[in-house]
Amino acid sequence: MANSTVAASDTPVPARRRKVVSRRRRRVQDALVAYSFIAPNFLGFAVFTLGPILFAFVLAFMHWDGSNAITFAGLDNFWRLFEDKAFKDAFWNTIVYTVVSVPVTLACALGLAILLNQKILGRDFFRTAMFFPYVASLVAVAVVWNMIFNPEMGPVNMILYTLGLDPQNMPGWAADRHWAMVTVILFGVWKSMGYFMVIYLAGLQGINSELYEAADLDGANAWQKFLYVTVPQLGPTTFFVTVMLTIQSFKVFDQIYMITQGGPGTSTLVLVYHIYNEAFISWDLGYSSMIALVLFFLVLGVTVIQFRRQKED
Amino acid sequence: MRIAGQKLTGKLFAIYATVILITIVMLLPFAWMLSASLKLSSEVFVFPIEWIPSKPQWQNYVDIWTKIPLALFIYNTSKLTIIVTLMQLFTSSFAAYAFAKLEFPYKNALFLGYIATIAMPWQVYMVPQFLLMREFGLNNTHLALICLQAFTAFGVFLMRQFYMSIPTELCEAARIDGMNEYQIWAKIMLPLSKPALSTLTIFTFVTTWNDFLGPMIYLTKTELKTIQIGLRMFISQYSAEYGLIMAASVVALIPVLIVFLSLQRFFVEGVASSGIKG
Repeated sequence: MANSTVAASDTPVPARRRKVVSRRRRRVQDALVAYSFIAPNFLGFAVFTLGPILFAFVLAFMHWDGSNAITFAGLDNFWRLFEDKAFKDAFWNTIVYTVVSVPVTLACALGLAILLNQKILGRDFFRTAMFFPYVASLVAVAVVWNMIFNPEMGPVNMILYTLGLDPQNMPGWAADRHWAMVTVILFGVWKSMGYFMVIYLAGLQGINSELYEAADLDGANAWQKFLYVTVPQLGPTTFFVTVMLTIQSFKVFDQIYMITQGGPGTSTLVLVYHIYNEAFISWDLGYSSMIALVLFFLVLGVTVIQFRRQKED
Repeated sequence: MRIAGQKLTGKLFAIYATVILITIVMLLPFAWMLSASLKLSSEVFVFPIEWIPSKPQWQNYVDIWTKIPLALFIYNTSKLTIIVTLMQLFTSSFAAYAFAKLEFPYKNALFLGYIATIAMPWQVYMVPQFLLMREFGLNNTHLALICLQAFTAFGVFLMRQFYMSIPTELCEAARIDGMNEYQIWAKIMLPLSKPALSTLTIFTFVTTWNDFLGPMIYLTKTELKTIQIGLRMFISQYSAEYGLIMAASVVALIPVLIVFLSLQRFFVEGVASSGIKG
């Protein structure tokens, strides 16, 4: 901008005007070209993503069953959250699922990444094998999971039985309210740890090897190197993995629908399951959107806290 | 003894043992699936497990095609996946070019709009989105699922990050040579962005192929169903036909397995780069 005015003031008046006009036209033209690049994606994105997001915030303060007239509800849906026992269960189950599965998945992924960052034979095969559950169809693997963990006939309990576990105290897995959450968490860890392993592998490869050489000179052992070189150097990766895992855990649904249907009782009912039930089973669209807002603020809150902590470090 | 040029020490042995053990645990469900798919339903739970069935029931793989319209489900899913992936690749790389290499008013505000929704779970707005589609008369159509998955913020973000790493001088040189922006995108940026395009292809392919909740909400007619909800329907209808269920599951896994194995080199690199830059 500064350059163009200096250049313009040196030229005679009529020529300058022509130049300014043509420059403005050029700029409008450039902008139109740019918008034409964005338009195909942005129009779809605005209609099918941004619009519904804004609508969700409005709908949370409405009563609507999807067919009769929509009416203003004020804070009715909000107060209902506190009286709804299923919501309370869903909220705490989601928290439990997240608090357990995030650190377990993270630790497994990091451990695997360190193992498979060594120079070993068949490394690519092992990496691919670890990653495969992540891309495999969830419906197909969940049905296998149900069969393997079948309390009466499944091989897992059969093995526990041959190991001498009392048949009376056998875990009931998906059919037992104390074990259902464990079953679902185990499944989640198994399915997604390969994905986060790959992200950690990339992080490990980004660490400067001189740091390890310096640690060697200082006489550090393997554990100390892990603690004082690897872990701090992986800080940004761990931050990214934690955010991704937390969001993924908050919105868990498919595997629970497939393995336990939220049961037994409400022992594995989670927020998205409750949103689904309220919307597509009870057709209480306003209330389901209010639960969705809780999910939204949960995700937002965690992301903000983690960004803050990241900045402090 | 030496393996991969290293002396076999106790430490190395421990590493191999651990890696092999974990790999077995990771792959065991798939082995079980494959083995059970070749058994009679009455043999599936026999213990100790007979990993290689003595009398393989190949008939299971014949029967599944007539018990449910499996071929139709696969056709529906392939159609959806291919259309969504192509649209995603085109619209994302097209928009990403403007965000990375062009200047225009409200660029940052628009980009912020995309970024802000990346972390927003789809589940937060799936209900209003369903109501909107219903308003457009799109429920029980494949078009609804295409509209829902073809324009993601993630795609634009991923492509833009990659384009940022391509030197702007390349575009300027092309402009001096008389290329317009569309030509620069088609002839310079696209050929250079193969790694990013492969990553986006795999992500979109896998997500669309394996999507469950979307098709479950939108598609209630059997003839429209995708392989995932078709398989789910099969499981609830024939819940005791273990051998058949496993055979159908194996069939549902194969397309993803092929795509994954053929592109896995890109996949690992792509996940890594999108993760670190994210």
